[in-house]
Amino acid sequence: MLTLFTRQAGAALRMLLVATVVLGLAYPLSVWAVAHVPGLASRAEGSVVHGADGTPTGSALIGIDPVPADPANDPYFHTRPSASAQDVLGPGDPSTSGGSNKGGFDEDLIAAVEQRRDAIAEREGVAPDQVPPDAVTASSSGVDPHISPEYAQLQVPRVARRPACPMSACRNSSRRTPGTPCWGSSVPTA
Amino acid sequence: MSATSAGLVQLGVLLVLLAVVYVPFGNHLAAVYTSDRHWRVERAVYRIARVDPDAEQRWTGYAAALLAFSFLSIVLLYLLQRLQGLLPLGLGRGPVEPGIAFNTAVSFVTNTNWQSYVPETVMGHLVQMAGLTVQNFVSAAVGMAVAAALVRGFVRASSDRIGNFWVDLVRGVVRVLLPLSFVAAIVLVALGATMSLRAGVDVTGVDGSQNTIALAPTASQEAIKELGTNGGGIFNANSAHPFENPNGLSNLLEIFLILVIPVCLTRAFGVMVRDARQGGVLLAVMGVLWGGLLAIAWWAETHPNGPATLLAGAATEGKEVRFGIPSSVLFAVSTTGTSAGAVNSLHDSYTGLGGGVVLLNMLLGEVAPGGVGAGLYGILVLAIIAVFLAGLMVGRTPEYLGKKLGRAQVTAAAISLLAMPTVVLLGAGAALAQPGELDAALANSGAHGLSEVLYAYASTGNNNGSAFAGLTVTSPFFQSTLGLAMLFGRFVPILAVLALAGSLAAQKRVEPGAGTLPTNGPLFGVLVGGTVVLVAALTFFPALALGPIAEALL
Repeated sequence: MLTLFTRQAGAALRMLLVATVVLGLAYPLSVWAVAHVPGLASRAEGSVVHGADGTPTGSALIGIDPVPADPANDPYFHTRPSASAQDVLGPGDPSTSGGSNKGGFDEDLIAAVEQRRDAIAEREGVAPDQVPPDAVTASSSGVDPHISPEYAQLQVPRVARRPACPMSACRNSSRRTPGTPCWGSSVPTA
Repeated sequence: MSATSAGLVQLGVLLVLLAVVYVPFGNHLAAVYTSDRHWRVERAVYRIARVDPDAEQRWTGYAAALLAFSFLSIVLLYLLQRLQGLLPLGLGRGPVEPGIAFNTAVSFVTNTNWQSYVPETVMGHLVQMAGLTVQNFVSAAVGMAVAAALVRGFVRASSDRIGNFWVDLVRGVVRVLLPLSFVAAIVLVALGATMSLRAGVDVTGVDGSQNTIALAPTASQEAIKELGTNGGGIFNANSAHPFENPNGLSNLLEIFLILVIPVCLTRAFGVMVRDARQGGVLLAVMGVLWGGLLAIAWWAETHPNGPATLLAGAATEGKEVRFGIPSSVLFAVSTTGTSAGAVNSLHDSYTGLGGGVVLLNMLLGEVAPGGVGAGLYGILVLAIIAVFLAGLMVGRTPEYLGKKLGRAQVTAAAISLLAMPTVVLLGAGAALAQPGELDAALANSGAHGLSEVLYAYASTGNNNGSAFAGLTVTSPFFQSTLGLAMLFGRFVPILAVLALAGSLAAQKRVEPGAGTLPTNGPLFGVLVGGTVVLVAALTFFPALALGPIAEALL
């Protein structure tokens, strides 16, 4: 077997080098080239969303929870909790990704769910049992860009308290990406 | 549309897609491994590698070529990681530390793609492409090659040759994996997956916060990650990350890619043995197992029992809103029934029963429908055991597909079958005997903690790669034992299967007689399915009772 093995080793090495060049360089680089034709390029580079002045404000696919300057006057739709956040709520770190990996019997998870439920109920001025499940559980990626319609609706009255933001515009924007504030009467594009 | 009906629609579309491609793609796969014509580009590769594509090998030569190729692959992938600091596109991430480098090299070469590292911070783009993507392709092609060699063993008579490893390897890549991956990668980009050579993009949020969003050459690796049932994510969150799996359509595509080769290989098998129903029976067994486990997991995740889950109101911890419970469960059962191990939700956060189902799916030997190639040779081994058991019942020499199953064949089948349980139970037992390791490693206590350890060895022993990822596996003990579990779980069955192929090819064909058990009908399907369940139940019931079953009954 050993002589058979050494006899094949040369072919194996050459085959591996060919594979590295073709599958490891030519293949990904040609996918990269096709992915950068107009129309695909912005997706290939992360579906980045730009503000009015052209600065990148985020990605249409990545949820980062916004932090209000004044918690008493919170204008933002909030994302789901992220396991990489410092506290039970608040923004996670989009330079990495992942979830809590906690099971349903875990004491830490029970405590986190309780704290999130109370904090969100207080923020939205509702009873704790009105807070939907996705609002109190961390996503798998930690950057989940979506929230359930229930969680969006729960946040509409608070966001609509802003004088320049009629309820109808907020209901519209609540169907879109969370984490974007309600800009007056215009519907956010992100 | 409710989550349940959306999930049912996705399931329906998936089954229709698989049904549509089953015959044409299965026929294509059969042609790939039986055609005697070489493509021009393949000839060029053979010339560079200096192999003679028309010289067929004995099983020993075939195995030696396979082992030499895999061994050198491990060495090269290890060196690429260790030298990352000196190579371009390393993104300043420096050399990968030896424990991770060893574990990862073994993991990707064995088609496991178990990941003991956070890709966004450890692996640069060059190692991802020139190292990991390459092994995504060739480890899948190796699996298909072994399956093709075993089928040739049944088809041929009085021959000492089972094919040429290099030809099978190159054809699997050139005629199947590469073209499909390329198309799938472009579609994934169109759906929103990234394909960037930058490390990340700096953004200033609407609230003024500064963040860096990680980018990667995702699509090219994502496509082969699913198609080759590999499963190693370019992001830590794997297919739960929006850049790997941005929406419901990409999710459907990824599940389809995971299942398409294992499913259609049963057709290829049927074509190669000139009786399509032989493949149909095996597919039916795979389908019933997959469907049954899917139903149980779906029910379990919508009927949770853990206090944290009950308090939250639903089992949404570790699941993404865009997938919901149905598409998460569909992905989970497909990824653990094959050797993929990609995840779009965190299996560790599943309910006791739901997590138990995905664990059991691997412990069945990953035959529902199994990894690329590994699924087919896995279920053929189980079919041999089923024929043998049936032969014992009626007291006749067992035959399968015109070959007598004597002592040598059944021994090889038994070795192939028992390698995985041996590795899983010894590994998990060794880990559980070390309280010091467990204190540092476990994220959950009690029954769920035991499930985490059992899952780690089940996943590596079966070359799956998914995880109850709460377990911290970076200690030297886990890195080395899980690495060994992957090596033994991959190569012991492969060697046994190649030996089996050699011994079958050497036999004369026996014509079926009055006492031959028909192996292309429902009765045989029940026998094979029963064998799959019986072997797993006898081996793993005690371990499962202490882990997921206990948690489900709490």
